[in-house]
Amino acid sequence: MKARAFDYVRVSTIDDALAACARASGDFCYLAGGQSVVPSLSLRLQAPQLVIDISRIKEMRGIALIDGALRIGALTRHAEMLISPEIARHAPLLRLAAPHIAHPAIRNKGTIGGSIALADPAAEFPAVVLALDAELEIAGPDGRRRAKADGFFKGIYETGLEPGEILTAIIVPQFGENDRCAFDELARRHGDYALVGCAIQGRFAGNDVEAIRIAFLSAGPTQKRARNAEVVITGHRLSPKTIADAQSALELDLDPTEDEQTTATMRLHLARVLLGRVLGQFSCDSPRGGGRA
Amino acid sequence: MSVLASVSITVNGQVVQALVEPRTSLADFLRNDLGLTGTHLGCEMGVCGACLVLLEDRAVHACLMYAVQAHGLGVETIEGLSERRAIADLQQAFHERNALQCGFCTPGVLVTAYELLSNGACPSRAEIRDALSGNYCRCTGYEAIVDAIGQVARGRAKVPNTPAGCKIGSDTDETVS
Ligand SMILES: Cc1cc2nc3c(=O)[nH]c(=O)nc-3n(C[C@H](O)[C@H](O)[C@H](O)COP(=O)(O)OP(=O)(O)OC[C@H]3O[C@@H](n4cnc5c(N)ncnc54)[C@H](O)[C@@H]3O)c2cc1C
Ligand code: FES
Ligand code: FES
Repeated sequence: MKARAFDYVRVSTIDDALAACARASGDFCYLAGGQSVVPSLSLRLQAPQLVIDISRIKEMRGIALIDGALRIGALTRHAEMLISPEIARHAPLLRLAAPHIAHPAIRNKGTIGGSIALADPAAEFPAVVLALDAELEIAGPDGRRRAKADGFFKGIYETGLEPGEILTAIIVPQFGENDRCAFDELARRHGDYALVGCAIQGRFAGNDVEAIRIAFLSAGPTQKRARNAEVVITGHRLSPKTIADAQSALELDLDPTEDEQTTATMRLHLARVLLGRVLGQFSCDSPRGGGRA
Repeated sequence: MSVLASVSITVNGQVVQALVEPRTSLADFLRNDLGLTGTHLGCEMGVCGACLVLLEDRAVHACLMYAVQAHGLGVETIEGLSERRAIADLQQAFHERNALQCGFCTPGVLVTAYELLSNGACPSRAEIRDALSGNYCRCTGYEAIVDAIGQVARGRAKVPNTPAGCKIGSDTDETVS
């Protein structure tokens, strides 16, 4: 299938993008990496009159440490997460998750901003920004604002972005000395969307887990923190009993969706198995960064 | 019909100026407007990898971008790689190892292999398979493709075919893809 005809405008600043959207007389959409929007236009799931290409906005590129937080431009490509020394050092969870996203050529074009703005329930980065307690920098017709990742993902393809708003950057707290993280997912074949995935970041005090954030993907209509499991673990050492209790708590945390291949019961079971595995990688003895690199 | 966009794209080293409909994919532009039919189209949704080309030296799907998006950038297709003999050793190895049958997937597979080996990497069989995870081949069963890419990696690294320094060659790390 081919896309329905549309008009195209390429902008080089955020203000120009917002101006183009203000002038638009009909439906429009932004184009970043295009790895989701182009197939969706080809399948005519969407048929906007205007496509605003934001992929060359310089202000939305680059990774920099500012006041103890890492500012990651929304146009940062998945492949850049794998090679950036700043990411490896200050936000290693993104690096652990990136190889699970699609295939190399899609990672060469897809952007973190696109992943988060789209909020596919099976996408990795929305879960990662929840686990990282990140903030999202947003520009819109009414000015600039920041929103917490917590509460941003509202449902299937539904986020806190208002019409016309652009996600410009992701702000991640700097990775601390006693912080550890881990990521893993279960998929039928590598590169496929996950049956279920789990991202964890937390802080150790000696052998005890002082704080932990656990976020799941593909385990419900949207990426979600497992708050009951977090409570079970916080303040404790990761003994087999703590892990088992956290696995049980997932029943309260998740609202697994059903599809032709996977029942809700199976998905909950897989989420439990996966949580056990990922907690196994999340350890105070693991190298800084934790998990599998 | 939408307003035509004027583009200037460097294709295989030559600057091409054209007027295109914004909805024209880069793949359709290369095939229909420029006659570069080595870029194949299978699924047109980023799944099969038949349409891979290099954009600014990185492998991308020509079905997942519009020609207008390539304005001012460099694109290299299988024809370009082939003519400047950048993949002559890969082509030779594919021929010798029977790593193609119908050949439909081959341009995309070669673009993946070119990028994988471009930084002097010496990948393991598992890494080669991982890199190929976005290339569908309905004929060969992949085994010969992995063999051929491994052989070229060793050849470029000047490692003997039973390598010590290079991870490839041990069939023990075999995984099913
Ligand atoms: C075969 C295939 C497999 C894939 N597998 C996975 C996978 O396993 N995991 C995964 O996470 N993803 C996967 N993807 C999707 C891929 O990661 C996309 O790159 C990503 O979801 C969207 O990023 P993009 O930059 O390409 O966004 P685009 O496709 O350009 O845009 C996506 C949507 O977000 C909007 N948008 C984009 N950027 C912004 C912004 N900065 N502000 C506001 N709105 C914006 C667009 O208007 C559009 O609605 C896959 C894609 C394909 C084709
Ligand atoms: S045609 Fe582009 S990936 Fe199949
Ligand atoms: S050789 Fe026929 S699809 Fe690969």
